[in-house]
Amino acid sequence: MAEIVGAYFTSHVPAIGGAIHKGLQQDPYWKPFFDGFDKVHEWLAQVKPDVAIVFNNDHGLNFFLDKMPTFAVGAAHEYHNADEGWGLPLYKSFQGHTELSWHLIEHLVESEFDVTTCQKMLVDHALSIPFELAWPDVDAWPVKIVPFAINTVQHPLPSAKRCLALGRAVHEALKTWQGDERIVIIGTGGLSHQLDGERAGFINAEYDKFCLDNLSKDPDALTQHSIHEMVRLSGTQGVEILNWIAARGALGEAAASEIHRNYHIPISNTAAATLLLEPDALVGA
Amino acid sequence: MTAQQHPAPIEGTHLFDGIAAAKGFELNAMCYSFNEAANRAAFLADEDAYCARFNLTSDQREAVAKRDVLGMIAAGGNIYYLAKLAGIFGLNVQDVGALQTGKSVPEFKQFLLDQAQQIKQLEATHG
Ligand SMILES: [Fe+2]
Repeated sequence: MAEIVGAYFTSHVPAIGGAIHKGLQQDPYWKPFFDGFDKVHEWLAQVKPDVAIVFNNDHGLNFFLDKMPTFAVGAAHEYHNADEGWGLPLYKSFQGHTELSWHLIEHLVESEFDVTTCQKMLVDHALSIPFELAWPDVDAWPVKIVPFAINTVQHPLPSAKRCLALGRAVHEALKTWQGDERIVIIGTGGLSHQLDGERAGFINAEYDKFCLDNLSKDPDALTQHSIHEMVRLSGTQGVEILNWIAARGALGEAAASEIHRNYHIPISNTAAATLLLEPDALVGA
Repeated sequence: MTAQQHPAPIEGTHLFDGIAAAKGFELNAMCYSFNEAANRAAFLADEDAYCARFNLTSDQREAVAKRDVLGMIAAGGNIYYLAKLAGIFGLNVQDVGALQTGKSVPEFKQFLLDQAQQIKQLEATHG
């Protein structure tokens, strides 16, 4: 029987990749952020996942505005990074878990989540950086992945309520999965930040705290705000919290325990956060 | 029309919606092409010719020529694609933030650092 070991959440600011590449983890600017990962490494070594279901968003590498799916699910054997326009070194490729992808897709569409399926999907910093942070010293990733890409680029965006429901539908699907994997759920991006407009540089620690405080015990509290209100509270790119909300849903409806939190302002233009949640009861999938 | 359909605008914030996406398609398509190094080189070699290939509108072409980020956004540019154009000029998101807020780059970086005070304020309030 598969087991959901917990959920790992982190910001995915592109500059983090640059800091890793240059070995700046102990630099005073970066240390408060990277220090938040000692506990993540310890936890992952303890729970030993072999599959990751990852909720993230594309930043104009795989999807363009010609076709912009609201919810896209990867069903590829492999996922590769590619040049995002800055000529940076490429991140490692990922192995997919195609059988699990199709199992989730079958269940999701049956549950009336009409997702887009992708047998080819490039993955950008939003997927690679959380893995670089989680497993800094590996030659190959120790987990196979099923990636979900949520549209956070072009409005209308899916509501927080819908993203939570999507995650919960994934959780329901896992209950009928026959494998014996150890599954970690990952949500990436955020927290509050805004790159564009005269309000660029906007950060809101109070809203971020509201999100972090409620994700474990009462994630439905995060669905009270419309997308417009979320942009107001967390910035135009702060809406990446949708990835976290979906990931929290995939952990199941029951309360979860926060076993680690790190919050730091700023990393680049962003309030950066890292969070670990464990289901209160052992969740057999 | 109800208030719910038209929530109050957010100061200094431009939602990238269908109207913006339609208006900005050509500009964003050009920026998306910069994922490939050869296209970045072609832009640098002959900016006019490269912009012409993508049929930029006159507003878009002018904003690109002036490196006017707010102008690009007004012309439908989306920041995720514009960031690829900024990269060609060696500009990062702090440079782009400074350009949009009328701050110098050191001022914008300090503005970001200063927001760490929000954490102290919250701790003081919530204990
Ligand atoms: Fe992002």
